[in-house]
Amino acid sequence: MMIALPILFPLFMAVLLLMNRSHNYQKVVGIAGSLFTFGIALALFVTVQRCGIQVLQAGGWEAPYGITLVVDKLSALMLLISGFIGVAVAVYAASFVPSALISGRFYLFFHSLMMGVNGAFITGDVFNLYVWFEVMLMSSFVLITLGSKRIQLKGGIKYLSMNLLASLFFLAGIGLLYGKTGTLNMAHLADILRNDSHPLLMNTSAMLFFVGFGIKAAVFPFFFWLPSSYYTPPVAITAFFAALLTKVGVYAMIRFFTLFFVQDPIFWHNLLLAIAGLTMLIGGMAAASQYEIRQILSFHIISQIGYMIFGLGVFTPLAIAGAVYFMIHNMLAKTNTFLIAGLIHRMRGTYQLKSMGGLYKSYPLLAVLFLIPAFALAGVPPLPGFFGKLFLIKAGFEAGRFLVSGVAVVTGILTLFSMIKIWNEAFFKQSPTEIHEECQHEKLRFAELLPSIMLASGTLALGLGAGYLYDFFIEMGEQLLDSTQYINLVLNK
Amino acid sequence: MNYTILVIAFRYIRFILVFFSILTLFRGHNLPGGGFIGGLMASGAFIFQALALGVQSSKNSLRIKPSKLIASGLFLAILSTLPGFFAKGVFFAGTWVKIPLLFGATLKLGTPLLFDTGVYLSVTGVVLLLIFTLMEEWKWN
Amino acid sequence: MEMELMLALLIGILFTVGVYLLLRRSVLKLVLGIIFIGNAINLIIFVASGLVAGKPPFVTGQEPEPEMADPLPQALILTAIVISFGIVAFTLALKYKYFSLTNTDDLDQLTETENE
Repeated sequence: MMIALPILFPLFMAVLLLMNRSHNYQKVVGIAGSLFTFGIALALFVTVQRCGIQVLQAGGWEAPYGITLVVDKLSALMLLISGFIGVAVAVYAASFVPSALISGRFYLFFHSLMMGVNGAFITGDVFNLYVWFEVMLMSSFVLITLGSKRIQLKGGIKYLSMNLLASLFFLAGIGLLYGKTGTLNMAHLADILRNDSHPLLMNTSAMLFFVGFGIKAAVFPFFFWLPSSYYTPPVAITAFFAALLTKVGVYAMIRFFTLFFVQDPIFWHNLLLAIAGLTMLIGGMAAASQYEIRQILSFHIISQIGYMIFGLGVFTPLAIAGAVYFMIHNMLAKTNTFLIAGLIHRMRGTYQLKSMGGLYKSYPLLAVLFLIPAFALAGVPPLPGFFGKLFLIKAGFEAGRFLVSGVAVVTGILTLFSMIKIWNEAFFKQSPTEIHEECQHEKLRFAELLPSIMLASGTLALGLGAGYLYDFFIEMGEQLLDSTQYINLVLNK
Repeated sequence: MNYTILVIAFRYIRFILVFFSILTLFRGHNLPGGGFIGGLMASGAFIFQALALGVQSSKNSLRIKPSKLIASGLFLAILSTLPGFFAKGVFFAGTWVKIPLLFGATLKLGTPLLFDTGVYLSVTGVVLLLIFTLMEEWKWN
Repeated sequence: MEMELMLALLIGILFTVGVYLLLRRSVLKLVLGIIFIGNAINLIIFVASGLVAGKPPFVTGQEPEPEMADPLPQALILTAIVISFGIVAFTLALKYKYFSLTNTDDLDQLTETENE
């Protein structure tokens, strides 16, 4: 029962939010709902830590026939972090999303997006995963065009058409997979495919899944929709998307390529590594050339996705652990940088780096808050980005993948460069004189800073506690690579 | 604008559509039918009214707002997951109640029907919300 | 066997039409292209999971029949159709909004407002 709660509870919140349209009601229910969702995720995480993998066969139908919900270490962790980010974004949105959009049911779609994301993390069935992807996409389509400004429609159409195509690839993969194996339960698939003697036959559907998830995760050849659409909606929505959507794609990739597409490792690992290297490098270089904060950050998302794919491609417990650690760190830090970009916009009225400056002088607290996630992303010790890259690059060298590891190091320098650029231009530089009077004296309330403080302390905890968390992440990596436990629990052997 | 043929046809077709939508809903568990198609048929009745007599009249005879209809449908669907949990300890399990009727017939009610009713209501709500919004936007009549 | 070949050809044709329409600049054609490809993929699921002629996917009498159609792909396709119903409704609403804001169906017309 508890396993289904991360799905059922946001659905229940959606019911509540449909009942009344008033502004205050929406805010209160929206924020309270996100807190409860986080609480449920926390309880589930503790349960998984204590009692191991949790399995629920919906309706009592045994594994290959019914829909299975499975929470292992990875799912529990992803639920926990997305719940945490949900709370931060819900609080932030209360003061940063225009009130017309809040009565226009921002929180309703927020919670249905949450439901889709949680469902995608929990499910143990390939088609069910598709359904949760669609729930998530549908809500994100509405959120990205909420308010329907011209620029949002433009970004929205690009976002929508690319992501619909991705879903269609995913669905085609499901069709072929079902045709070849006759099952869609992930554990059952793993059980069948591990003894499969025709890897080439499986590679067609694996490739369709890879393209589908690749578009969603914005890896190298398919990333162009992301920077041209992510900057268009209100910044709270961008932050939420940046935290969750691409990461769900990466999560699905990690799940598929560790659990059941493991018959042809040489081809897949080389492909993943090549794509990871290109994604990192191109994302990093594009970010370095931009002068709009949200654009820089959007290109960064891409380059950071490269690191996670890199971890998957190296395919040792340390590398997988590093990839997941990096993903968690990235979700926290990336959301935070977007939230701070919104704060900067509130005070300076612009997202263009050229026309800001002097923020360090006027708002030292904000500068410190920016410094934590930015340096974390750039990989400065003792912040988590450093440890994430350390794990990944160490694993890469141990596995003899020198070229990609080198690319990862170079990309780290590029990231540092563009973070320092934001720091220099927005915070350190003399403020240009033509700042609008009305923007200059606005003070930030505590409620507006609270989400950033939450996320920054999360980042700090992740970085400073890396030594303690190391064992947890390595155990997770081993759990992912050795799927016998997962299969036996689900199939009840 | 007043379409005489539509108005007269509507009087008779309304009942047929609503009746068959409920019939489809009830036979849905073991035979073709169910909440989704039933909901589409039911919303067909209201769309017909909106075409014949105008959106406002259709809204009046619906009495409840489409968004509330969606909410109540979702709520019923959530509710239908619980009896299985409390009766058998298995989440979402089908649970049935047999109610004896006159002449030895029994009425078999279960959580799948509750779930289907939820689907029925939310599908009706979604379709009507879509159609009403579009018709109002286009100033149909 | 011939039926499978026919359906495979049909899927190919639907894909061709869909891809052609996707590459147009009009938003409406984009939507139509997505619908075509979606239908092609529903047929892929249908064909890939095996065709059984003239048998229902459910039990009509007391006993299960010796040969019946696999109900799962039909359920999958039904779900996919419902999902694409929602998505098409949303896309058309988006297209309508787009048209009422720009008075054009052309995707390139939006590029001039890059720095808003």
